[in-house]
Amino acid sequence: MSAGLLGRKVGMTQVYSPSGEVIPVTVIQAGPCHVLQLKTVERDGYEAVQLGYLDKPRRLASRCDRGQVATLDSKRQKRLSSAGAPLPPKADCEPKRFVREFRGSTEGLEVGQELGVDLFAEIKAVDVIGTSKGRGTAGAMKRHNFKGQRASHGVKKCHRHLGGTGCSAYPSRVLKGKKMPGRYGAARSTVRNLKVVGVDTDNQVMLVRGAIPGPNGGLVMIRQTNKVGTHVPG
Amino acid sequence: MSQELMNAVEKASMKAEIPFFEIGDTVDVHTRILEGEKERIQIFTGVVIARSGSGTREMFTVRRIVQGEGVERKFPIHSPRVAKIEVVRSAVVRRAKLYYLRDRVGKGTRLKERRVDQSKKTTE
Repeated sequence: MSAGLLGRKVGMTQVYSPSGEVIPVTVIQAGPCHVLQLKTVERDGYEAVQLGYLDKPRRLASRCDRGQVATLDSKRQKRLSSAGAPLPPKADCEPKRFVREFRGSTEGLEVGQELGVDLFAEIKAVDVIGTSKGRGTAGAMKRHNFKGQRASHGVKKCHRHLGGTGCSAYPSRVLKGKKMPGRYGAARSTVRNLKVVGVDTDNQVMLVRGAIPGPNGGLVMIRQTNKVGTHVPG
Repeated sequence: MSQELMNAVEKASMKAEIPFFEIGDTVDVHTRILEGEKERIQIFTGVVIARSGSGTREMFTVRRIVQGEGVERKFPIHSPRVAKIEVVRSAVVRRAKLYYLRDRVGKGTRLKERRVDQSKKTTE
């Protein structure tokens, strides 16, 4: 199966390699995750595993949240069962706060199974998907890495300005997609091929080399890297 | 909760015991040096003029005079390359950072020795 887990960014720190080099690491609390549903080609058109992470208090969970993890009494269900249709299996756990799907083979998985961080024990590199920190309205320099303008030589009060935005009498308009100031961050972001430095099954914690998107406490998806043909970063 | 996890991770990369030394102490720092395949120990002797950072990031600065030129090296306390830290001599100091030693030469760099009761020495 293709390995995937949901987790939470704890923070960054550093550890020493046996030879004494400092490795910058991000600590991720990954799992335990419940398998909520298995999507199949016959029924859904694609194969995927749906995981849930962190319990949602029942008072906050809607009926569909609860129905996702347990069998509820409903007219539709009664109608289906009286017609002899098999009911889909449910995980029979608490409602989940963070639910995501991982595409790929679901071999060896079953609904209700609990996955832990030991899934990554044998894996060398992972991809981490999270929501980047929101920066609000940001200028062109921060948002698109523009250079801005000079500090002197007659530049007046527009040192961080983006400069010109277009051409002249033709086309007499700004081209679509022109990079400009605006909302920046708080968007889905993927960092690929991060080396797994360590896995601690007691605390359900894993260490990856380098930074991952989002603030400390942010929820992330972790999967075995889909990058092929590249070396594992040292 | 998250702080506990961070502490657990940091603790795993920290040394279980580090020798007790203070600002102003003259120390021998034994560093592991890899030369090709061979590993040998090099000793750097000098005065501890600063300690900074906390947890696995804690560092200390050692200053010595080599051929009339001041040399400072900053070591990570928990690095596996720092094999051993030995206190040779202790001194009376009234500051946490002895950066004033950088501006002094010759006799001015001397620190007054402080006799330490060996029995009171403990490891951190």
